[in-house]
Parts: sequence; C-alpha cells; structure tokens
Amino acid sequence: MHVTSREFGSNARAAVADANLRQSLATMKTGFRARRAEAVAALPEFEALRDAGKAIKDHTLTHLDHYLERFEAKVTESGGHVHWAGDAEAACRTVIGICRAHGARLVTKGKSMVTEEIGLNAALEKNDIDSVETDLGEYIIQLRKEQPSHIIAPAIHVRKAEVADLFREHHLEFDAGRPLDEPRALLDEARTVLRERFLSADVGITGANMLVAETGSAVIVTNEGNADLTQLLPRVHVVVASIDKVVPALDDAATILRLLARSATGQVMSTYTTLATGPRRADDADGPEHFHVVLVDNGRSRLLGSPFQDVLRCIRCAACINHCPIYGAVGGHAYGSVYPGPIGSVLTPALSSVEEAGSLPNASTLCGRCEAVCPMKIPLPRMLRQWREEEVDRNLTPESARQALGLWAFAARRPAVYRFGTAMAGRLLRLMAGRRGRVRRLPFAGAWTRVRDLPAPEPGGSFMSRYKSGKEQ
Amino acid sequence: MSSPARESILSNIRAALGRPAEPDPTDDAGAAEPARSPVAPVIPAIAHGTHAELVARFITNAEAAAATVSRCAPGDVGDAVAQYLAGIGLPLRAMVPPDPRLDGLDRDSRFTLDRRAAPTADDTVGIAHALAGIAETGTILMASGPASPATLNVLPETHIVVLRASDIVGGLEDGWSRLRHAHPDGLPRTVHMITGPSRTGDIEQTLQLGAHGPRQLHVVLVDDGADGQGA
Repeated sequence: MHVTSREFGSNARAAVADANLRQSLATMKTGFRARRAEAVAALPEFEALRDAGKAIKDHTLTHLDHYLERFEAKVTESGGHVHWAGDAEAACRTVIGICRAHGARLVTKGKSMVTEEIGLNAALEKNDIDSVETDLGEYIIQLRKEQPSHIIAPAIHVRKAEVADLFREHHLEFDAGRPLDEPRALLDEARTVLRERFLSADVGITGANMLVAETGSAVIVTNEGNADLTQLLPRVHVVVASIDKVVPALDDAATILRLLARSATGQVMSTYTTLATGPRRADDADGPEHFHVVLVDNGRSRLLGSPFQDVLRCIRCAACINHCPIYGAVGGHAYGSVYPGPIGSVLTPALSSVEEAGSLPNASTLCGRCEAVCPMKIPLPRMLRQWREEEVDRNLTPESARQALGLWAFAARRPAVYRFGTAMAGRLLRLMAGRRGRVRRLPFAGAWTRVRDLPAPEPGGSFMSRYKSGKEQ
Repeated sequence: MSSPARESILSNIRAALGRPAEPDPTDDAGAAEPARSPVAPVIPAIAHGTHAELVARFITNAEAAAATVSRCAPGDVGDAVAQYLAGIGLPLRAMVPPDPRLDGLDRDSRFTLDRRAAPTADDTVGIAHALAGIAETGTILMASGPASPATLNVLPETHIVVLRASDIVGGLEDGWSRLRHAHPDGLPRTVHMITGPSRTGDIEQTLQLGAHGPRQLHVVLVDDGADGQGA
C-alpha cells in the first residue's frame, strides 16, 4: 500500500488554506450527515441492528477460516474460481494472470477500495492492460491521476468547473464549445464515453461489499449501476475482495444491508444491490462466462487476536469520515493513504506500519463522533489511543515531545514543584501578554500560536492558590 | 484448490485465533462449525403488516426512491405500459425477453415488440418481470435466467418492471425466501435488488438520476388478488 502519511502536517496546512476544498467539504454537513441522521431517526430498530451487525461480524471473525473455506467451496460448486493472495503484489499478479489468460486489453472497473489499496490500476498499466474506472467519481480522479479523497465519494474534493476542464482536456471527440456548466451535462458526457468502454471491455473487475458463505455470492452495492455493466457485459468477471468481507449467510447480509446505505448516504437501500454467483449458467441469456474471486489478506490476518481485530468489522460506509472534524477540515488527501478519516487513521498503520503512518492516529481530537456513528460499533478512539501508545513504546514520537512530557511527568509527581512552576508560568505569560492580554507568539509552541493567540491567565493566581487563600480567610 | 497462499492465509488465521494450523481430520469439530451466524435477524417493524399494508408501503418506498408505480388489473398490463410510455413521450416500442409471463403484450397490436433473449445497447426501453417486491425498502427483486437477462436491468434508459401484487413481501429475508423457493438448487447467476433508477452524487454531491443504468424505473403493479397467483 502506497502511504505518504509522514507528510500529514504539511499536507494538512496546505489543505486548510485551500478555499476550493473547504467549499467541497462543507457539503458533507447538509449532505451525508443530515441524510444519515434522518434515515437513522426513521428506523427505531437502528440501535438493535448495530448490535446485531457487530455480533455477526464478531462471530464471523472468530470463525474466519471456516467461513472462507465454505465460501470457496460454494463458489467452486457454482462454477467459479477462488484465488488467494497474501499481499498486494500477489493480488495484482493474480488479476493480471487472469487478464492475460483471456487475452484482455481493456478492463472496466467498479469502485473498489481494496483495488486502490493494492495499487491494481498501476499494475495493470505496467502490463499494458488498459483499465478504466467506471464509477463517476473514480473516473474523475483516474483522469486527474489522483487517489480517492473519500471512500464512498472519491472525487468529493473536485468542483464541477474542474470536472468540466478535465472532460474538455480528455474527451476530444466532442465539440469544444459544448456547454458543461451543469452536473447533468457532465454526467451525460461521462455516461456516453463510458458506455462505449463497458461494451468493449474484455474483463470487468469489481470489489465486493460482502461475500456470502452460504451461497458463494459476491454482494456488490452501487447507485450508478456501473458495477453491474462492469460485471455483466465482459466475458470475465473478477471480484477482488479482502478476507474480512465474508459473512455467513444471506440473513446476515440483510442485517448489514440495513445498516450500510443508511450509514453511508442516508438511503434506505442503495439503488443496486447485486448478488453475483458463479459464471452464467449454460442456458442463461447473458452474463460473464468466467467468474473469479481474488481473496486478499494484505495484513488482515495478523490483526486477528490483536487489539485491532475490531477494525475488521468495518463495512466501509464512511460514516466516521463524514462526521470527523479533522477530515472535515483537511479532506482525504492530507492523510496520504487511500483510507482517510478515523477508519484510515486506524487501518493505515495496521496495513502498513506505525513508523510510516504514526502521524495519522495523532490527527484526531478523540471527540468520539466516529464511534458514535459507526454501524459496526468499532471503538475507533480506543484504537487511535492504542496506536499512540505503540508510537511512544517504540520511541517514535519526536525527541522534543518526549522531553516535554518527561518534564511534565517529573513536575506532576511533585506537587510543590508543580504549583511553583504553574505560578511562575502564569506570571510569565501575563508579562508576555502585556496590556492586550493575549500572547501572540510563544517559544516552543510556535505551531500553536502561528494561527491563534494564547489568552493570558487571569490575575490572582491558580485555582489551587485561590482555593487555599479562600480557606484561610 | 490448494495453493501455498491459501494454506498460509488459513494457517495465519488459525494461529491468530489460537487454533491448530491444520484442522485435525480425525476431529469432527469441523462438521459442527456453524452454517450461519447465531445472531437473530433484527427485522424492522416496517417489514411487517397485512398484505394491503405491505403493498402500500412498497409503493411509498419505491416512489421515495424515485421509481414510478402504476396499478392495473391482470388483463390491463398493456394499457398500463402504453399509458406510461405515452406519458413520457416515448413510442410504444420495447425490447421484451422471452419470459412467458410477458406474453400478453404480444397480443397487444399497439406495441412494436422486439422479443429477444438479451438486450443490446440500442434498446432504449426494456420490459421485465420481477420475482418479488420488498415492501420494507421499495425494492424489486430480479433473478437472471434463460428468459430474464440480467443486462436488461441496467442497459436500457427506461426500465419497466411488471410486478404481481401477490409477489410483494415484507422484509429482505422474505425476499431471500422467495429466491430460495424459486431456485431450490442455488442462486441464479445474477440477483438484482433494485431500488429506483440509477443515480450519482459524485459531482458536488448533487443528486442526478440516470447515471450508468436506467434514467427511469417504472413498476407496473398487477393487482392479482392478495393471495392469488392469478396473473
């Protein structure tokens, strides 16, 4: 997984200065957040569903080997093939092998986070296989050569005028003077361009929202219908899915479906929930002749039994992202990972390393909204703290921060020293603040005072000293 | 289907879960492993009701998802389809798969029907028959087969679905029951659960109907009597 999370600090500073981005991110409040709240309020059973969803995933994870084998047997029984891939490279190699075996030149793709994680598009390109993203948001960022900035709205950071410029640059077959001011016109143009690709693709690659062990089906949820055209029109359908996507039975899938769309977009159901089981049957009118499932581990099996096992319950609805104040301020690209927001800050160090992605668990106020809205009740704040602890344990925090904390710990254990220190600091700060009553620049805390002033402490001493003098009166 | 990657992933999982790397073949425990999760499904109240309530709820929810619905008597499917197409200014021309449940349309001389196994990209109107409707969500359930092409659900710009009122069920689990009943030997290749016409919010979170799939979805709801299979 390509991770550039070390630059979170500078990325975040650039992001908050980006007016376009702020405008884009503001839509989340009236969009995703308001619609989710409405959908949840309309379903009295939502809390009970969260408990059931969590229980289903917990059960599945503790029997993961069993359900994966069951799923594999069912896929094979229905005429499909299951491939296992330990890491990203093996997964890409497997997909390329399937494409080569079918002589594929053009591949269409449904939106899939795991294929972003394993860098599949780059791998296909390197092997001279043309790969076209068909989800509108993914198509836009593919043309822009970017990573998604949101797991369900990959192009949330792009304004419509930028999409228009992009389409003019790439869709040269259209009249240069055509109007592209409205989202409708942009969508219609993308529909026309991608229709032709759907019809000529040799292989269709999708992800899966769930894999059903009972039936050997891949459940694929979309609103655009692009994943359906992707899987139904070419001769070959390849599903790439991580091992944590398996659920035992269709009834379990129903519970998770009730949570998924409501948590994601506030819909009761997404437009298309499609169960793909094997290749087309002998007498079927249409559908792919070959069906492959690539099961990707890529670091997940080592999370089982670890303090991070609960993150494998994630159904990628993005509710935590939509409600995160940090994501809302900096957007997805600042995280330097295909998984942004709270889930990304927990998952990225787990799938790469805390050395590479340790800045992400620190990019949180630990306000707890992510856990409160998570349909799978994943204790994200606890896991963010856990990563911070690991960071300290491995001596990865900056030297200055460790020294400062050491100094504080020294004083905190010695009340007299602590009281003396705070009294001196209070006086010093008041002195520095002068008549304005605000400290403009504070040594050793330059990052903090660069964007705001520090109000000076009130005169009259600390709470402790005032409490004491009150008692003496 | 044994590969080194497979064995290594499964043994990593077993080790992490504190189980032996290879399941002991003499141990019968594998057979006792559950077929499904022991978690009881939470079925919302909106999935329950009298059949009339479920039909009404199906219509409300389908319309909330931007589908349109018209109701008709079993003999009047042609009229309902004609009325709908005329209403949106389209000629009475459609691609219809060889599904015998749609044979009635052949006898209606107003239509020009292309009866073919599967649609092409040039078919702008497609008519299909649903396996079931789910009241809880306003969803239609479509099962692929020799006479019901799955591409018909996503290729045409206008998707017309004939649904018998007696096929409307309460919740998602009732939909699965219908599927298992109709396909006792395993699921068909493609099961589509469709809730409204295709859409996207990918450009500035502005909802647009008609993304890659149909721009409009119309359900012709046939009142065949609540418990009958008459149509």
